[in-house]
Amino acid sequence: MSTFHFTLPVTDEDIKKVHIGDVIYLTGDVTTGRDDVHHRVVVSGKESPVDLKGKAIFHAGPIMKKISSEGEEDKYKIISVGPTTSMRMEKAEAEFLAITGAKVIIGKGGMGPKTTQGCIDNTAIHTIFPGGCAVVAAEQCEDVEGVEWLDLGMPEAMWKLKVKEFGPLIVSIDSYGGNLIEDNKIRFNERKEKALAGLKGKLDYMS
Amino acid sequence: MPQDKETVERLSDLISSFMCHASGHLPDDVTKRLNEMREVETEGFARQIYDVMDENMKLADSLKRPSCQDTGLPQFFARVGAGFPYQNDLEASLVEAVKKATVRAPLRHNAVEVFDEYNTGNNIGHHIPWIDWELVPDSDELELYFYMAGGGCSLPGMAKVLMPLEGYDGIAKAVFDQMTSYGVNACPPCLVGIGIAGSAEVAAKLSKKALLRPVGSHNENPKAAQMETLIEEGLNSIGLGPGGLGGKLSCMGVNIEQASRHPATLAMGLSTACWAHRRAGIRIKPDFSYDFFTHKGASL
Repeated sequence: MSTFHFTLPVTDEDIKKVHIGDVIYLTGDVTTGRDDVHHRVVVSGKESPVDLKGKAIFHAGPIMKKISSEGEEDKYKIISVGPTTSMRMEKAEAEFLAITGAKVIIGKGGMGPKTTQGCIDNTAIHTIFPGGCAVVAAEQCEDVEGVEWLDLGMPEAMWKLKVKEFGPLIVSIDSYGGNLIEDNKIRFNERKEKALAGLKGKLDYMS
Repeated sequence: MPQDKETVERLSDLISSFMCHASGHLPDDVTKRLNEMREVETEGFARQIYDVMDENMKLADSLKRPSCQDTGLPQFFARVGAGFPYQNDLEASLVEAVKKATVRAPLRHNAVEVFDEYNTGNNIGHHIPWIDWELVPDSDELELYFYMAGGGCSLPGMAKVLMPLEGYDGIAKAVFDQMTSYGVNACPPCLVGIGIAGSAEVAAKLSKKALLRPVGSHNENPKAAQMETLIEEGLNSIGLGPGGLGGKLSCMGVNIEQASRHPATLAMGLSTACWAHRRAGIRIKPDFSYDFFTHKGASL
């Protein structure tokens, strides 16, 4: 297991250095995007209003507070931002990577075979930020640079964040086809069968 | 009968303060269990993740912020004393409390209107906040639970009707299958709520009510309590670890609630609560004094 510190945008060479189980910290531009953003870009075919080439897409729906006054340019403060369940984006993520050029996905939980292939094809990675740790993440955001597609509502909009040493991000899918969570699931399923076999006869409450 | 504005104002102020506190603080039983689990999880990512979880709860407290960005769809479970004097003002007070807490906490806007597909922007929507009512005889108090039903931990939710010959083993298998698939993404270690009944909707509702019971408590029926322990031990032997990244344990506990079943059905429901199990319970008396019994020592 190695630790890397990258500044965004990252290069293919950066991405090729990391493998599943490594930990990375990011500095630079991170943009939030989840269900509706993926739908708009991949299914509806709309162009992403944020240039994501070499950047990070963060599966997250933050709590933001508007701090600008009436008549001023909109300015927001970040209150809480943590990762959301990445698997919801499985259907669209590979195409999303190909269309936008994003190189790092940040989320929680695993993603499936389509995204794993997408990470190989586009030299990209999926990483996991510890779930439910939204104040830690918010404190690593130095600025909210703006927002796009706010018509989708606060959780679904694209929030442009400036982050510093953002992490720990555990690499769960690398650009070589490795998938940490899928590997774990194989182990979990083997142990599950054993656990269920161990319960046999112990729950026979039918007389 | 018109509502009493002053009562709605007073009750909604108290309840919104209670909600704001709950958004940034875990209940005492959950904190205790997580600390115990942290002691056991000493290896690999598990250690690192528990450290970040702990740091997060401390920051949420010191910065007075919601600890998770997903402050959930607001749900209330109200056990209303038959003699509680503000019954007529209660529903309006709960709705008002959600509006206030959404601005004060602040809570994320999570109510999306179905079919029209837009976010209402204030956590008020069709049947939202969701309110479950129970009438309690011989009482003049309100016992109110607030639950922030997050998206990630709601995803493993399910209910189905088994045939009785599938037995309690069939229930266990459905729980294990769900926890090793969807449960991995639901911010483990989860609290697992299981409902057993005669039809799907009753089982589903009981599974959520099971999550309101403290971590470490047991069903009064000794066989149900045994099943809770057996499933908990079985799930822990899988070692999902915090965040599903592997570890020695999988869940904070298993709580089962039951209703009598039909002779021909064995329905089961499953609800899961993420490690950031933001459930809060308060008893409010007619003079507005209160006991915030899930978060001892908290002042509102």
